[in-house]
Amino acid sequence: MEKYLGKIKHINDLLQSKQISCTELTNKYLDSIETVNSKLNAYVTVTDNIALETAKKVDEKIARGEKLMPLEGIPMTLKDNISTTDVETTCCSKILKGYMPVYDATVWKILKKQNAVLLGKTNMDEFAMGSSCETSYFGGSLNPHNHGYVAGGSSGGVASAVGSNLAVYGLGSDTGGSVRQPASFCGLVGLKPTYGSVSRFGLIAYASSFDQIGPITTSVEDSAIIYDAISSYDPKDATSLGNKGIVSENKLTTSIKGMKIGIAKEYFDGIRDDVRESIEKSIEVYEALGAEIVYFNLPQIKYAVPVYYILACAEASSNLGRYDGIRYGYKTPKYNDLNEMICKTRSEGFGKEVQRRIMLGTYVLSSGYYDAYYKKAQKLRGSIVKAFKEAFDICDIILTPTVPTTAFELNFTSKDPIETYLTDICTVPVNIAGLPAVSVPCGFDSKGLPIGMQLIGNRFEDAKLLNFAYQYEKQTKKSTYKEVEIGVRL
Amino acid sequence: MSWELVAGLETHIELSTKTKIFCNCTTEFGGDPNTHCCPVCIGLPGTLPKLNENVVNYAVKAGLATNCKIRKISKMDRKNYVYPDLPKAYQISQFDKPLCEGGYITLDSGKRINITRIHIEEDAGKLMHERGDTYIDYNRGGVPLIEIVSEPDIRSIDEAIEYIEKLRLIMKYIGVSDVKMQEGSLRCDVNISIRKDGEEKLGTRAEIKNMNSLAFIAKAMDYEINRQIEILENDGEIVQETRRYNSNLNITESMRGKEDADDYRYFREPDLVTISITDEQIDKFKNELPELPDAKLQRFISQYGLPYDDAVLLIKYKKISEYYEEACKNVENCKMVSNFILGQIFRRLSTEIDKEECCITISPKYLNELVMLTEKKKLALNLARNTLEQMLDTGKSVYDLISESDMEGIDDNELRNLCEKAVQENEKAVDEYLKGKEKAIGSIIGYIMKQTKGKADAALATEIVKEIIKALR
Repeated sequence: MEKYLGKIKHINDLLQSKQISCTELTNKYLDSIETVNSKLNAYVTVTDNIALETAKKVDEKIARGEKLMPLEGIPMTLKDNISTTDVETTCCSKILKGYMPVYDATVWKILKKQNAVLLGKTNMDEFAMGSSCETSYFGGSLNPHNHGYVAGGSSGGVASAVGSNLAVYGLGSDTGGSVRQPASFCGLVGLKPTYGSVSRFGLIAYASSFDQIGPITTSVEDSAIIYDAISSYDPKDATSLGNKGIVSENKLTTSIKGMKIGIAKEYFDGIRDDVRESIEKSIEVYEALGAEIVYFNLPQIKYAVPVYYILACAEASSNLGRYDGIRYGYKTPKYNDLNEMICKTRSEGFGKEVQRRIMLGTYVLSSGYYDAYYKKAQKLRGSIVKAFKEAFDICDIILTPTVPTTAFELNFTSKDPIETYLTDICTVPVNIAGLPAVSVPCGFDSKGLPIGMQLIGNRFEDAKLLNFAYQYEKQTKKSTYKEVEIGVRL
Repeated sequence: MSWELVAGLETHIELSTKTKIFCNCTTEFGGDPNTHCCPVCIGLPGTLPKLNENVVNYAVKAGLATNCKIRKISKMDRKNYVYPDLPKAYQISQFDKPLCEGGYITLDSGKRINITRIHIEEDAGKLMHERGDTYIDYNRGGVPLIEIVSEPDIRSIDEAIEYIEKLRLIMKYIGVSDVKMQEGSLRCDVNISIRKDGEEKLGTRAEIKNMNSLAFIAKAMDYEINRQIEILENDGEIVQETRRYNSNLNITESMRGKEDADDYRYFREPDLVTISITDEQIDKFKNELPELPDAKLQRFISQYGLPYDDAVLLIKYKKISEYYEEACKNVENCKMVSNFILGQIFRRLSTEIDKEECCITISPKYLNELVMLTEKKKLALNLARNTLEQMLDTGKSVYDLISESDMEGIDDNELRNLCEKAVQENEKAVDEYLKGKEKAIGSIIGYIMKQTKGKADAALATEIVKEIIKALR
C-alpha cells in the first residue's frame, strides 16, 4: 500500500510482472462476489463469462509480452443504468426486467476496447431516483463499513462493491449527487466530471441536463486514470465536448501553493457537527499545503434543492414516458385496451419514488403551472450558474461537505422523502451548474462511518480539481481511508 | 344568408434528406417493416438524438423560398404525448422558436396567403391493423418533416387547393422534398370556421386532421363548411374540436373535443444544443435558390411567347420545363415545341409520375432537331407529327428515320401540278365538295400525300386544291 495510493497501477504492475494472472485475479473477485454478495446486494447481475473471457484475452497478451493499457485486465463494475449489449440492464426497475440492450454505451465501448474485466452490473435506486439505493426493485445495498447502514445512492451498488473489495472500481451516474454521496457514505472517492466531458450515450436517462457518468474508486489517482480513459468527445452525444487535456500522467503533481480555496458559509448550514469539524480539519490540511482560504457567500444555494427537483423531475417525466409495455420490458398480463395496458404496466412496473417524481414532473410542466414552477426554476438555474461563475473569479476550488451527515440507517429514507431530498443540498448545485466535483474521504464519525469532503472545480477544470484532491489524499490517505476486511485484498 | 369561410392550413412535408433527422437511417419510403430503424429512432433507453444538419439547411431553403425570415438562434423542444407510433413518448419538434417565420405565398389572383411559421420535427411511425391485431412499423419514425403553418387567410376551397399546389411546386423546385402525396410526404391539417359575410369576429373552428390528397381536402372542406352552416343556421353552436375525414362516407367525424385536447408539456430538448445559423449561410442559401415556379411562368410567357395555359402546364413539372427549354434552343417558333410536348408527348405520359419524372423516350436535342426542320419547311407539319410518333416509339432521331431526300420538301410549282392532277383524278370527291360536303376534300389531300409519301405540306395543298376547284366552277 505504501508504494501505491491507488489500486489500478498496483494491479497493472502485478499483472505485467506475472505475479498474478488476470484469470486468477478475476476468479478471486468472482469467488468473493459469490460469497458475500447475497448479503451486501451490491451486484444485481454477475457477468462471470464475460469477465473470464476478457481475462483470458489479457493473459494471452501478457504471455506475448505485450504492454497492457492502463485499465486492461482490471476487474470492475457498471451501474445497472449503463447499457451493455446482451447483458440485462434494468435500472433496477421492474419495468425494465429482462431488457437486453442491443448496443453498448459509449463508456462501456471505450472500456471494452481496453479489455476492462466486467464483473457485473451493480445495484442502484430505481432509475437513479433516490439517496439510499433502497428504491431499487432488488432492495438496497449495504454499507461496507457497517452493514446496518445504507451504501447511499443512487449508485449504491457500485460504492458497496468497490468499498467491499468486490471490484477495483465502478462507473456510476451522478444526477444530483448519485456518485459523490455513496462514495462519501462508503469512504471512497467519487468523481462527477464536468457535464459534457463524458458521453451520456447509452446511459439510461433520468434527467438529461444533469446526468453525468463518473467513477467510484478507492483513490483519487484511480479516478484520474479512469477520467482520462472515459472523457472524450462522442459524436453520438450532442452535448458531449470531451476533456481539456488528460490528468493522470503529469497533472497530479502540481503544487497548490498560493491557490485559493473558496468557502461559502451557506454550505455549512445544517451540517452535523462532527461532519463540520472533519471538514474544518481538512481545510487546515490545505492551509498547511500552502493554499489560501477565501470566504464568500452563495445565497442561491437555498434554492438548489427545489430547483433540482422541479427540473430533474420534469425531464424524468418525459424520459420515462417510453416505458409503456409495448416494445420491451415489463408488460401487465391483463388488460382490455391500449390505454389500460399502458396505465397498468406503468403502475405495476414503476416503484413509488419513480411514480412520485413522474407525477411531480408532469405537474410542473403542465399548462397553467409551467410558468410558476418550470420556468421559474429555469431562471433560478441561470442565477445559480452565474453565482458559481463569479465565485470562480475569486477562487480556484470550492470546498464543502459532500453530505450533511454520514450514511443513513437502513430504511431511514422510506420514512420521509422530503427530508431525504434535503440531504442533497451540498451535491445538487454542482449538477445544476454542470460543474466537476469530487468527494474525497476525510474522516470517520464516532460509529466509524466515513465522512466525505467535496471539492468543486470550474467547468472543464477537472484536471485542476483532481490535482487538488490528490494533494490532500497524499497527505491524509492513512487516516482517511480504511479498507474493510472483506472481498479481495491484495 | 351568406357565409364566409375562414381557413388556415398546417402542411407537413417530409424532407428528402438521405438520412433521418436524428440518426443515420435511410429516409427511403417503404421497405419491410422496421428495417429502416436503429436504437436511436426506435427510442431505446439510453440513446440520444443527433441533429442532421441538412434538415436545418433544407428547412431554411423552404423558408427563404416562401419569403420567410430565418431565425438565427433556435432550439428543439419536446412535445410529450403517448401513442404507440411514437416510441419515446415525445416528438422532438420546435415550439416557441421556429426556424422560419412571417412568409407568404402569392396566389394567381395576386392575393397573399401569409405563412406564420415553418418548423422542423420528426415524423412518427405507422400503425398497421391486420386481422384484429395492431402492428407498428417504425420505418417512418424519425423521417424529417417541416410543418408550414398558414394564417387563416384562406376564403375558399379553390384558394386552399391553389395554396397547397403552389407550396408543393415550390418545395419540388428547391429540391427539399419529393412531395408525393400518395406516399404521405405531404399531409395537411385544415382549420375551418365560418362567419357571416362582413363579420369581423372569427367563428369557432374545427380542425380536420391528416389528409394526404387534394381531392379529399376539397371534399372534406366542402362537407365541413356545409355542416357548420347548417348548425349555425339552426341556431346551433360549433364545438371546437379535432375531426377526421372519412373518405368512405365522405363526411368529417369528431375525433376529440377541446376538453380532451392533449397538454403537450413542451420543454426544451435537453439532449440537443442550440441551432445557430449565420448571415453568411442564409445568403449562401438565398443565392443557391433556383428560379421559383412563379418567376419561371412569367419568363416562359415573355421569353417564349407562350399562352398562359401552355406555360402553366409546362412549369407544373420542373423536369418537363427544363426539357422544354433544352428543346427550344435556337428555335424561332417555341409554341411549336410546346404543342408537341403538351399534345403528342403528354398523351404518352399518362400518369403524374411519368410527367414529374419527365419519362420522354427521346432527348430534348432530338425534339429540337425535329422542330428546326419543320420550322425551316424541310418537313411538313403532318410529316413531322408522324415522325415524332415514330421517334417516340423507337427513341431514334429524325435523321435516323427520314432520308435526306424526304426532307427536301416539295417545290411550290411541283405541288401545284400535283394538285391539278389530283383534282382531275378525284371527280367524285370534287362533286361532293361542290355540293357542300367540306370533308370530301380530305380524300383529295390524302391522294396528294400518298403521291408525295407525306412530304407535301398538307395545309398548303388544301389551299391550292380549294383554289383550283373554285376556278373550275
